[in-house]
Amino acid sequence: MTETVMRTDGAAIGRADRRKEDARLLTGRTNWTDNIQLPGTLHMATLRSSMAHAKILRIDTSAALALEGVLHVYTGRDFPELAGSTCVWPVTDDIRMSHYPAICTDEVKYAGDVVAVVIANDRSVAADALDLIDVDYEHLPAVVDMEEALKPGAPLVHADMGTNECYVARMPCGDYEAVKARADVVVKRRFINQRLIPNPMEPRSVVAAPMGMSDEITLWSATQIPHVLRVLLALLTGIPENNIRVVAPDVGGGFGAKLQIYREEVLALVLAKRLGKPVKWTETRSEHMVATHHGRDQIQDIELAVTKDGTILGMKVDLLADMGAYLQIITPGTPLLGMFMYSGIYKMEALDFTCTGVYTTKTPTDAYRGAGRPEATYAIERIVDEAAAELGMEPMEFRRKNWITHEEFPYTQIAGLTYDTGNYEAATARAIELFGYDELRAEQKARRESGDPVQLGIGISTFTEMCGLAPSRTLGALKYVAGGWEHCTIRALPTGKIELVTGTSPHGQGHETAWSQIASDIIGVPVEDIEVVHGDTGRAPYGMDTYGSRSLAVGGQAIKLAGERLVEKARLIAAHQLEANPDDIEFTAGTYSVKGDPEKSTTIQAVAFEAFTAHNLPDGMEPTLSGESTVDPLDFSYPHGTHLAAMEVDTETGKVTLRKYVAVDDCGVQINPMIVEGQVHGGLAQGIAQAMYEGALYDNDGNLLTGSMGDYLLPSAADLPSFVTDRTVTPSTTHPLGTKGIGEAGAIASTPAIINGVVDALRPLGVTDVFMPASPQNVWRAIQNAQAGGAR
Amino acid sequence: MTHIGVTVDGTHRHADVEPRLLLVHWLREDLGLVGTPIGCDTSNCGACTVLVDGRSVKSCSVLAVQVDGKEVTTIQGLTVEDGEWHPVQKAFKECHGLQCGYCTPGMVLASVDLLSENPDPTEEEIRQGLEGNLCRCTGYHNIVKAVATAAAEMRGGTS
Repeated sequence: MTETVMRTDGAAIGRADRRKEDARLLTGRTNWTDNIQLPGTLHMATLRSSMAHAKILRIDTSAALALEGVLHVYTGRDFPELAGSTCVWPVTDDIRMSHYPAICTDEVKYAGDVVAVVIANDRSVAADALDLIDVDYEHLPAVVDMEEALKPGAPLVHADMGTNECYVARMPCGDYEAVKARADVVVKRRFINQRLIPNPMEPRSVVAAPMGMSDEITLWSATQIPHVLRVLLALLTGIPENNIRVVAPDVGGGFGAKLQIYREEVLALVLAKRLGKPVKWTETRSEHMVATHHGRDQIQDIELAVTKDGTILGMKVDLLADMGAYLQIITPGTPLLGMFMYSGIYKMEALDFTCTGVYTTKTPTDAYRGAGRPEATYAIERIVDEAAAELGMEPMEFRRKNWITHEEFPYTQIAGLTYDTGNYEAATARAIELFGYDELRAEQKARRESGDPVQLGIGISTFTEMCGLAPSRTLGALKYVAGGWEHCTIRALPTGKIELVTGTSPHGQGHETAWSQIASDIIGVPVEDIEVVHGDTGRAPYGMDTYGSRSLAVGGQAIKLAGERLVEKARLIAAHQLEANPDDIEFTAGTYSVKGDPEKSTTIQAVAFEAFTAHNLPDGMEPTLSGESTVDPLDFSYPHGTHLAAMEVDTETGKVTLRKYVAVDDCGVQINPMIVEGQVHGGLAQGIAQAMYEGALYDNDGNLLTGSMGDYLLPSAADLPSFVTDRTVTPSTTHPLGTKGIGEAGAIASTPAIINGVVDALRPLGVTDVFMPASPQNVWRAIQNAQAGGAR
Repeated sequence: MTHIGVTVDGTHRHADVEPRLLLVHWLREDLGLVGTPIGCDTSNCGACTVLVDGRSVKSCSVLAVQVDGKEVTTIQGLTVEDGEWHPVQKAFKECHGLQCGYCTPGMVLASVDLLSENPDPTEEEIRQGLEGNLCRCTGYHNIVKAVATAAAEMRGGTS
């Protein structure tokens, strides 16, 4: 049994400190990669394929080379060494890994594939030169649809594979067929989790420069993963790892899109080394739409076997997951990050999971906020609503009957994960109260009875998710080739200032503020005296970076332990200075004092100076004062919550309006509730955007139809409401600070809440699903099809 | 080349610029005022918003020659000389109206213009008024709150 508690003490942890980061961000003193302008910089531009699938017959670069200011034009033949795979997650023994060249040599496989790069001494000249490169293509058929791609005789993305099937991953848990035989009702649905384009506001940008004093090359990149990137760049280019320094300066959002090793990073590095000068590249937004990886894109065939009294017996999941044309860093693993989460918060006896990865001639997919878990959560939260409807049960009652109750934690669910703590009842009770659930149900009933053309629907999402990536041994067992640990070093400098070196790499999450709060509590130094150093393999050499809501869930553990180690070393010095036994020394709020004699005391800052002068340290003690820790987490992190959406749907026009959204999240102990709330807000906007606005569309020839911000609908302030948010606090028992991840929860929970609400509004019309995004067109079609007797 | 004279963040600047040069490129590349970022190439995102004679303008959508004789204020010039922040900047920090900060310069300047036109906007008016500025981090909730907070502060300060 777990207890839901609210923190009431006055420590820095739990305080809504305003952010340290904001001063530079609000006054235009931010260090974006594109702001870096080194003397002698050469500018790189990339020529991208206009066709989805074609043979390259000939490339004529002469006209481009003749343009004044153009220094070099490179094609794939110039980089024979830069070929292979950048994928670190071969998910099955027999996966078909794609050959992924830095620049294509013989064939292009998606519209946007790289054909050549230009190096010029001016950015505009480099861009102009692209138009002067003449490429002869022989058109090959595109393959856009996953089901078509798997049919015999389909055009092949990688002809040498003889198939477009990348892998089939299976995870049978329990005996689904046996439980299905006992079921009264088997609810079957096909859900489409559409392709999304991440669109952080800062486009990708990279600068690589040989720094002169050694063989070192510094690569600045708008990346989430400077540490992982450095290893992969070394492996791919053959440049020794100790000659590469990767810096992620201020990074303007990532959402998974910057969790990648990109061709432009590889090429800038190699060309800076080859040419001996700084090389810079910044993507345009329209380039982002094709050249930065996409997210989601699954066809989900879902079955839920239930008894007529409303008990879930088992679930069958059969996925088609679109890889796009190549496997990038974790392309094949992304859908499998959701594998363990299809049962959600519910008890069941069987889960039969299959995922087939499929190559198509489209931009590669990879992690996008939530990475696999939004898709899993969408499937389970949609199918429980459908099951409740088929059984004639109220959807929240159906959930209550099947969810894990708070007395049952820790609970080992059907896929084998052990959820440490949770209280779904508490979060749901609070959400219902904030939402006015009963009143809205009454209004819904009245509108149905009066035949109001604008119907009201209530969307529910009672979710949990798996984040905080991750125990290294578990990752190894899943064939991921890296670990999931995190590092922190805390140094007390001679002047009493603190340097906190973290391996996490923030890009909007406020680590400088939140990590200072944690350290402040542990080492007793004011937050303003703590400087957080991050995102630079030169200054912060160890780290596994920021993604998968791992920074606090894993990195926070390292901060705590590093701080405690520093405090313990300082205790020995303090005891020596105060001529007392270390066991008799108390440490409170930065002051060491002798038990029973509080007049005899010293501060941690004074101890730091003693550790620096080393004039009077205990015998055998090494000078300097720091604490260091690398923590491998015990488990994943399982935040949860209950989200409710009131959706108004105009049955005549298909227009959908989000009237009210309530999110009650439980991420355990909150370090900074203001930042937590901001993370929830942003996640909600992205999850709601998937449900209502966004979607990457291709034509049958593989052309991206949503290739600019003018065509791909990102919601503005006018498209979203204010949110009602609150938290319950059920501390984690696997995290020493009691915290759970929160970076992706909003994006994971909100998509099914919205669609459940839209379908709930339209259920009397026979609608059982609506394609995302729930645009007026998609909703109107669902209504028309239902009335014509179709499924949607 | 065309000669222009522009007051940028309080400093008078003279330059010979190509007629096709965008204001944002002049600011970033010629003047080194990199506080104004570029977020798109279709005038959708608003990250590059600056004030021209007090009115918000997407600096990717005007040419440098078009601001000849005018006064341009970027995020780097919004802070007054003694270093005190504009009430909108203060409110963005207080209300956590920014996360990664990339949209922030444009969002702040668009808000300054919005409040100069409408000192007491409703939530709906704030949302409509900032429609041309995209943010991917905050879900706009705290941006809207920040603008309302700044509005109240500015009304209090002038009444």
